[in-house]
Amino acid sequence: MESVGAVVAHIQGLSGSSEEVAHLHSLLKQSEDYLTSQGPRLALFLDQLDPAKHSLGYLFLLDACSSGPISREQAHGFLLSVVDFINCCSVEQIRLAPEKFISVCKRFKDQVMDLQVPLQGVAPLRTAVRKLQSSSEHLTTLHSDFLLLCILAKCYKTGLSILEEDIFEVDQPKDLFLYCYYGGMINIGLKRLGKALEYLQNAVTAPMTSLNSIAVEAYKKYILVSLIHNGQVPSFPKYTSVTAQRNLKNYTQLYIDLASCYAAGKFSELEMFIQTNLEKFQNDSNLGLAKQVLASLYKRNIQRLTQTYLTLSLQDIANTVQLKTAKEAEMHVLQMIQDGEIHATINQKDGMVSFHEDPEQYKTCDMIEHIDTSIQRLMTLSRKLRSIDEHISCDPAYVTKVGKERPKFDFDEFDPVPHKFL
Amino acid sequence: MDGEDEPMGSNGVEDTEKPAPKPAAALGGEHLDVEAYAGLYTGRTKITRLLFIADRCGNESLQLEALRMAYDEIRKSENTCLHREVAQKIAGRLGPDYLLDQAWADAVDRRAELKKEKLENELNGYRTNLIKESIRMGYNDFGDFYYSHGQLGDAFKSYVRTRDYCTTSKHITQMCLNVILVSIELGQFMHVSNYVSKAEQTPDSQDPVTVAKLKCALGLAFLETKKYKLAARKFLETGPELANNYTEVIAPQDVGTYGGLCALASFDRTELKNKVIDNINFRNFLELVPEIRELIHDFYASHYASCLGYLESLKHNLLLDIHLYDHVEILYTQIRHKAIIQYTHPFISVNLLTMADAFKTTVTGLEKELEALITENQIQARIDSHNKILYARHADQRNATFQRVLQTGEEFNRDAKAMLLRANLLKHEQNLKASRK
Repeated sequence: MESVGAVVAHIQGLSGSSEEVAHLHSLLKQSEDYLTSQGPRLALFLDQLDPAKHSLGYLFLLDACSSGPISREQAHGFLLSVVDFINCCSVEQIRLAPEKFISVCKRFKDQVMDLQVPLQGVAPLRTAVRKLQSSSEHLTTLHSDFLLLCILAKCYKTGLSILEEDIFEVDQPKDLFLYCYYGGMINIGLKRLGKALEYLQNAVTAPMTSLNSIAVEAYKKYILVSLIHNGQVPSFPKYTSVTAQRNLKNYTQLYIDLASCYAAGKFSELEMFIQTNLEKFQNDSNLGLAKQVLASLYKRNIQRLTQTYLTLSLQDIANTVQLKTAKEAEMHVLQMIQDGEIHATINQKDGMVSFHEDPEQYKTCDMIEHIDTSIQRLMTLSRKLRSIDEHISCDPAYVTKVGKERPKFDFDEFDPVPHKFL
Repeated sequence: MDGEDEPMGSNGVEDTEKPAPKPAAALGGEHLDVEAYAGLYTGRTKITRLLFIADRCGNESLQLEALRMAYDEIRKSENTCLHREVAQKIAGRLGPDYLLDQAWADAVDRRAELKKEKLENELNGYRTNLIKESIRMGYNDFGDFYYSHGQLGDAFKSYVRTRDYCTTSKHITQMCLNVILVSIELGQFMHVSNYVSKAEQTPDSQDPVTVAKLKCALGLAFLETKKYKLAARKFLETGPELANNYTEVIAPQDVGTYGGLCALASFDRTELKNKVIDNINFRNFLELVPEIRELIHDFYASHYASCLGYLESLKHNLLLDIHLYDHVEILYTQIRHKAIIQYTHPFISVNLLTMADAFKTTVTGLEKELEALITENQIQARIDSHNKILYARHADQRNATFQRVLQTGEEFNRDAKAMLLRANLLKHEQNLKASRK
């Protein structure tokens, strides 16, 4: 067995060219158990290494010395050295040992959460994600940790910078579920409900062979957000896994009842329902969303009126949507006009509201530009689809499988275009 | 009866209308000539129809009249069960002639017992000799026997049993008609449609009377399962040969009424014109029920007030019909909605006051009805509640297209990405499995 000093010497000596680093990697792997047994003592040796030059060695030592329990006094030093390391480590070297890097970052996250300073972890973890991922389409395990810290620190905008990149490659299914769930929550926090629905739906419809509680929680939020955003809950798309279709409803009965109550459109009944189940919503920490569902019912009902009426008195609006006074109705209508949810003018003299059609004529330069960018985006996407399609049809595994099942050729999973558009 | 009456008031017919239907209903009640009505039918249905009227009319003299006729009719048959039931319902209100005749009932029962024994012996004999035709006849006699004594379940079983011994198409048709008859009495309309299709599948062509009977039976089955459009078609196809040949189930008047109302509720204007008004066959049936004929013509000529007036005056009698009673409300609502939709269709703007007048309702009531129809997207219009005018709404195709294009693009984008992600996940799992092997 070599001493720690020898290991450090190796690290210092073998951190130059890529062959040297590869050699070092195998050496370090051999002495991994020894390093772990040395534990906290290693912290002293860290100072002898340069995190930028000796990234791989530094990483191994850092991982070994943080593997045991970390006391509160040490925690601060640990955080500092991890932040420092994440900021200056070399990308090539850490990618040789991604599992080490991930475990260090996870411990870092746990420490930050223990100390209740999530904000401190946000920036370093974002750097870590960037350094770890091979391309912007790659979902690493660290994504979900980063998003969790963003939620805890309430800096949703920062989280968005990662969420805005479309991901296609996934290491672990669990990463995806957490990523989608947290992504949904961040978008809810930012009031981007449409986006949030997208994420939550991905979590619910991801292929799964057994039900997991992340999907259940995601489905609960999915129901609530659907109600707020669209006023109804769409049924499962047909590609949803059988497991999800069969079992999810059993675990989310309360929310399904809420949706059917909402569909009835009676404000007082919905209010009653939420009141009686207050505790359950609170336990799921969905009470805030449930209250938003309640509030959205007014809007939904007023919007429905715009479909049927050209003019309607405020009093009639108040009666129809079960508001107490005309004044209250006026405030709601005003708010909705301001938010651009309806197009209307209020005539205060007669207490009448006139509803207008959508004034958007699709003639402005902005609109055309918007359409143009959409078209460009979709063209890029469809090029990508085509290339993937070609790629798949050349995949030997796929070809043999298809060859076996020739008579009932099932295109479903690898359809170049989603079915509903055919 | 009360339960039936209430939704009638709230069903779009608003305050001003309220006093009107009452005298009309009372008038209709008096108008129902039980004797003439009962004369249209024969056999068991006559009795059940009379009892149905007695149960639901809510008018003592009418009730007693119906019960008296039912009593007389039962005495001619052998149904002791019904006899006891009716006697109990009359409860001595019709004098000494209409009391429970225990002696008669006992005599009939005794005779029935004997006859049953005789039939059983005969049937056993046939079965040991394995003569197919005789076994069929034996079961058939059993069916007839049970039917006449009111044991419908047993009658049904016996008739169905003859099926295995049918050798010619004629037998099959007869079996089917028997089963259909019993099933209608039992209210088992699933069996009715099954056996109608069986009968229609027989290879030999059938005489027009049978064809008409089968069409009526199927029409009834559709009516009961609320498939009004299909029911209307079947009744409209019924040939005039039916005449008075199927009075143990349905009278030709009923074909006119059921067919007319179902057609009105479910057909569009051209269909109504082609299949009802210009239908020479069906005209024969409509001639028998002039009110229905008139209201269909009024509807087609857009005289909605008079059409609705006819409907209102017919309502009471229709509610006493054994097959139609629980569909009256639905059919009426549908007809009314159709009328409202048709009324608004040709106009760019409609004054709600005139329209309310035409439909004999108030502006607020009409507004509510219109609101419901607009929400269901049956009328493309919007209400100017301030000036009480309904404006037709012409969707701007160009804007709608733009909107839809953008939305579809967005959806495509989202779905395609989600799909790629899922495909990658599946691939990933496959890789995992492959590497484990």
